[in-house]
Amino acid sequence: MTTAQEAAPALEAPSATGRHQLVAFAVMVAFFVVAPFFIYPLFLMKALCFALFACAFNLLIGYVGLLSFGHAAFLGSAGYISAHTAKVWGWPPELAILAGTVVAGALGVLIGALAIRSRGIYFANITLALAQMIYFFCLQAPFTHGEDGIQAVPRGMLFGLLDLRHTMTMYFVVLAVFLAGFLLIYRTIHSPFGQVLKAIREHEPRAVSLGYTAEQYKLLAFVLSATLSGLAGGTKAIVFQLASLTDVHWTMSGEVVLMTLLGGLGTVFGPVVGAFIVISLENYLSQLGSWVTVVQGVIFVLCVLTFRRGVIGELARLIKKPL
Amino acid sequence: MSSIFGVPTQALFGQLLIGLINGSFYALLSLGLSVIFGLLNIINFAHGALYMMGAFVAYFLLQWAGLGYWWALLLSPIVVGFLGVVLERTMLKRLYHLDHLYGLLLTFGLALIIQGLFRNEFGSSGLPYAMPAQLAGGRSLGFMFLPNYRAWVIVFSLATCLATWYVIERTKLGSYLRAATENPALVQAFGINVPRMITLTYGFGVALAALAGVLAAPIYQVNPLMGADLIIVVFAVVVIGGLGSIMGSILTGFALGIVEGLTKVFYPEASNTVIFVIMALVLLVKPTGLFGREK
Repeated sequence: MTTAQEAAPALEAPSATGRHQLVAFAVMVAFFVVAPFFIYPLFLMKALCFALFACAFNLLIGYVGLLSFGHAAFLGSAGYISAHTAKVWGWPPELAILAGTVVAGALGVLIGALAIRSRGIYFANITLALAQMIYFFCLQAPFTHGEDGIQAVPRGMLFGLLDLRHTMTMYFVVLAVFLAGFLLIYRTIHSPFGQVLKAIREHEPRAVSLGYTAEQYKLLAFVLSATLSGLAGGTKAIVFQLASLTDVHWTMSGEVVLMTLLGGLGTVFGPVVGAFIVISLENYLSQLGSWVTVVQGVIFVLCVLTFRRGVIGELARLIKKPL
Repeated sequence: MSSIFGVPTQALFGQLLIGLINGSFYALLSLGLSVIFGLLNIINFAHGALYMMGAFVAYFLLQWAGLGYWWALLLSPIVVGFLGVVLERTMLKRLYHLDHLYGLLLTFGLALIIQGLFRNEFGSSGLPYAMPAQLAGGRSLGFMFLPNYRAWVIVFSLATCLATWYVIERTKLGSYLRAATENPALVQAFGINVPRMITLTYGFGVALAALAGVLAAPIYQVNPLMGADLIIVVFAVVVIGGLGSIMGSILTGFALGIVEGLTKVFYPEASNTVIFVIMALVLLVKPTGLFGREK
């Protein structure tokens, strides 16, 4: 029989893990550099934005053990802010994305401060409800244009130098944003801060008794996760020149859970793989309409019942090294 | 025409009535969630989907078997409850040794499947369901007009909630249930079949959701997405009331329905969010909810 810790990765000694994770990272970067010459770049950009979103989400569920069911609030509201500042105020893309990211981080402080006091199922419920509040705000606030969303957002000139209307330029900017976020998360997980987070996940009272203020650590992780989700949302809004209600709705919060679960909870590369699988599925099944929801539901059920380690988790078990 | 705080009494009592109706559904749904959580320790995300199925079973009974509202009120909870028993036996049972979050994820997946299937079959527009002839019409109370069916919904759900409370808090069966909530291993050692009790409890909680669905069918029409957004409000209700408290979930269900109705009168813009705001405020003061305890 399996145990509750099964889905979590074994605690690794940092030195032993370095090399093959470096190899995996190199493979991933090489893939993303070559991919746009063979695969439709707009699809890749969408997948990259969601990969960053899933990585940010995974920071919380995988390394702090907190399941947030309201991460769409950060993705979606950052998208609205970036789209609004870029279109109505005419801000350049870098500032627009930054504005979205900062707002998502601030939202993370508010929601985190409320939710972090509870654990487990309560935490999931509370984040879900608070995110639904943000959804209704976005539905009613005039600047979001309700059902229409903010359309035709200009991509603009990055730093006044790079013309983002060129698809390839846009692609490599998105790749740079993704890699920056990914490396920041990687660095966080392997820092002393990350070790404390894992200690809190494994046994919170013991971590507290050792003198760590668990709530502050958890809040900081929550805010970091929200901020990076906002970075993904802001970038996505600039890429697709659109911010809409879809990104704030709770189904989006469910989707990011699915990506992370499918790829592997608490693995470094899992969320990236999971995001690619889910986005590909949506892409190829899109003509089937609402069958996509059914397929997602089936994957959810199968993952929970039989495949709790996820794709990368199983792979890591196979080669007996954390990925 | 008389008015209170500048609001015509007609409108005020009208919204209060709608609030009470919504409160009835909140109470029935959060009661089911609470009973399930007490014994299984999972939050049943599929609750909204099963509420929707309850309404659809009523619709099928009428269309295919010619069985009307009163039969639906009896049969629909049994059918959906049986489905719940099957779900628990085949899937949920395998997750009890894991982190409770997996139960949440599994039922979320089930909700997606059920809602997706019904949406493929019936689209997103509502199907009409006639209210029973015996409850058509209404009566004038002097200060407002009260449709008979709405009065019935409020009275019937209140009675169901109180009966459930009585069974759990005041009978022998209920004492087994409460004991199993505290310490299942010990209760099992006394020779009580706890796994079967867990299965039946899940079936019962789900049946309550189906009952709410049948009650809602004549008022809101039968719609594949009728439970999708409702369930999130009910989650907030459950957080406010505190998980695992039976009377707590009944009281908060009705009270929040009324608060929501009043908000529609005095500040309509906030009527969608008022329950979430109350939730945030309650959490600041009492993180375990008004009637909850640390678990």
